[in-house]
Amino acid sequence: MKIDKTYEGNFHIVGGDFSRAGEASTELKTILLNVGIEDEIVRRVAIATFEAEMNIMIYATAGILRYIISPEEIRIIAEDMGPGIEDIELAMQEGYSTAPDWVREMGWGAGMGLPNMKKNADIFRIDSVVGEGTTVEMIIKL
Amino acid sequence: MKLKEIAEILSLRPLTPVEGLEREVSGAYVGDLLSDVMANAGEGNLWITLQTHVNIVAVAVFKNLSAIVIVNGRMPDSDTMDKAVSEDIPILLTGKSAFETAGKLYQILNAQNLQG
Repeated sequence: MKIDKTYEGNFHIVGGDFSRAGEASTELKTILLNVGIEDEIVRRVAIATFEAEMNIMIYATAGILRYIISPEEIRIIAEDMGPGIEDIELAMQEGYSTAPDWVREMGWGAGMGLPNMKKNADIFRIDSVVGEGTTVEMIIKL
Repeated sequence: MKLKEIAEILSLRPLTPVEGLEREVSGAYVGDLLSDVMANAGEGNLWITLQTHVNIVAVAVFKNLSAIVIVNGRMPDSDTMDKAVSEDIPILLTGKSAFETAGKLYQILNAQNLQG
């Protein structure tokens, strides 16, 4: 099905609020399916968004997850007020994580988040300033 | 294959309402790393894990998993149970290990050509 217009929206995510983990991505998944995006694309966007949502929850004080669905592409922008990433290249390596032990015990912090986002996006950009925050932009072409 | 039949054969103890046991299981996935399950579990899969905290329900809802089996006699947190009931995700327990649970389940599902 062709998308005939642009849909936009955002979700606010509060850091450390694990009881609400996955709510934003699950809601976005429903929106994408309702708009008529094909299953395989929905799967990729949803996984990438869930990882972005978890990163905000694990590391940042707060963040915002924005989505823009246009006839050409789906754009997800995750912007947080967090500690920032010192070495982005290192953070992008599968298995590397700075998550604390209690987060790892929950099964998060396996160093798969950023690589999973990159893997599922056609275009992946990350920009971070230590002490200010991180912005991840992902584009999935339709 | 119905969750109910699997629960009976493997002697799994359901903690959530019995109506959930009518669900169809498409296959199974074993994992304790949530990103791995998110990336690789299939729709309708039964998820075997030792994780007990509330985020397992979020992952199960997100991936449309058929149920969660918690191994090694571990008990889910109370907020996990609340969320599982409200989100309609069956949670079952076993005292057996993930290896033993997955091994038996593999045999059962293999006989029906439903592995993953």
